Amino acid sequence: MLTKRIIPCLDVTLNEAGGTVVKGIEFTDLKKAGDPVELAKRYNEQGADELVFLDITASHEGRGTMVNVIERTADEVFIPLTVGGGINSIEDIRQVLRAGADKVSINTAAVKDPDLIRRSSQVFGSQCIVTAIDCKRNLDVANNPDKTVLDLEDSTPAWYEVVIYGGRKPTGIDAVQWAKKVEELGSGEILLTSMDRDGTHDGFDIPITRKLSEELGIPVIASGGVGNPQHIYEGFIKGKADAALAASIFHFGEYTVQDVKAYLRERSIPVRL
Amino acid sequence: MKDIVIIDYGIGNLRSVYKGLEHTGASVSITGDPEKILAADGVILPGVGAFADAMKNIEDLKGVLAECADSGKPMLGICLGEQILMDRSEEGRPTSGLGLIHGNVLRFPPSRLKIPHIGWNSIQITQEHPLLVDIPDGSYVYFVHSYYVDTTQENILAACEYGVTFAAAVVNGPGNVMGTQFHPEKSGDIGLKILHNFVKMC
Repeated sequence: MLTKRIIPCLDVTLNEAGGTVVKGIEFTDLKKAGDPVELAKRYNEQGADELVFLDITASHEGRGTMVNVIERTADEVFIPLTVGGGINSIEDIRQVLRAGADKVSINTAAVKDPDLIRRSSQVFGSQCIVTAIDCKRNLDVANNPDKTVLDLEDSTPAWYEVVIYGGRKPTGIDAVQWAKKVEELGSGEILLTSMDRDGTHDGFDIPITRKLSEELGIPVIASGGVGNPQHIYEGFIKGKADAALAASIFHFGEYTVQDVKAYLRERSIPVRL
Repeated sequence: MKDIVIIDYGIGNLRSVYKGLEHTGASVSITGDPEKILAADGVILPGVGAFADAMKNIEDLKGVLAECADSGKPMLGICLGEQILMDRSEEGRPTSGLGLIHGNVLRFPPSRLKIPHIGWNSIQITQEHPLLVDIPDGSYVYFVHSYYVDTTQENILAACEYGVTFAAAVVNGPGNVMGTQFHPEKSGDIGLKILHNFVKMC
């Protein structure tokens, strides 16, 4: 039986010395605290199903060191790796795939140039191309008749607006319509992050997660808001997600991937243990 | 030391296959050179992307690969590399494959299941074979594909269930040409063990 995937996410950035570190990491027993490669190995040993590296350096010199991190990880960790952050062109994609990544996640660049999804999925195959959709609830339903209105937890109607540049810029684009469009263009998966939940530890944004999971024929990875294993369970049961991505609950050592999977298995969610 | 060649005919992530094989202690090279392929102890056909593109890219090596197969050299196709070992695929415009294992490549039928089939799924081992020695029945391996191999029971080493039951691992009659729909190089310790088993056959 196909299992639900648990995907730790590593936000990789540069420290003062120019080395790569994972943001928000507090393991003290690692050989090199915050080293992305050490951390990737740790999560692999815990039973992570895939790993996502988000390159939040977004600078030219940062890219070079990021490629090195991907290479070193791919040499030792034999599970799928997705790399996102600053992927703008076919050449960017080629570079990270050659370094050992299996998929790339494209976010702002896809909004600015949707055809990049079509071109890249034709060159590399749909399975390589994950479209990251960051969205935010917009309660102005009255002035937006063309948007997909969903009921929030308290039955308030809202539509979900795509935001770019790390959530700083609203685009006026309806997240549901956008997701369907990138599926048509050839994207193989959706990585959905609700900015209303990201960093809150309040759980996934269920209404939009469920809507996309039900409407799309491609897998949806839920992201943003996980504070405990129950949130992941709800993402699968209520949100109907195919995979769950989380960062801080794993980084702080509060829960291991194994803990989360044991919790899910007890509740009859199929997981690889 | 076993000399394993990975056929280079595309643009996918070959690094992981390379490193996975190196992990088994083999001497590994990535090549499209017919002489090197014929001289190798074992041949890996990797592959991501579209069937027709892969067949076009491998056109010049068809004769060499058939010769390898006939000589009894162990060959392993991975993912699309498995599919092109078969007779024919219905992906895009129906295209002939290498025909080294009998069977066809079909698209998953429309259903409520997500396509591509992405993630870790369990395999049922249906036939004893050196490739799957010490791989427990029900092991989880990593899949990512939209088309699957449909073949007869004697060509199936392991099956997987995703709406339909399909061939997760296949073999030819003599037993030297093998394919896996999943990615052993992305399937953790189980996958590395399968690569190890392959190298041992070479």
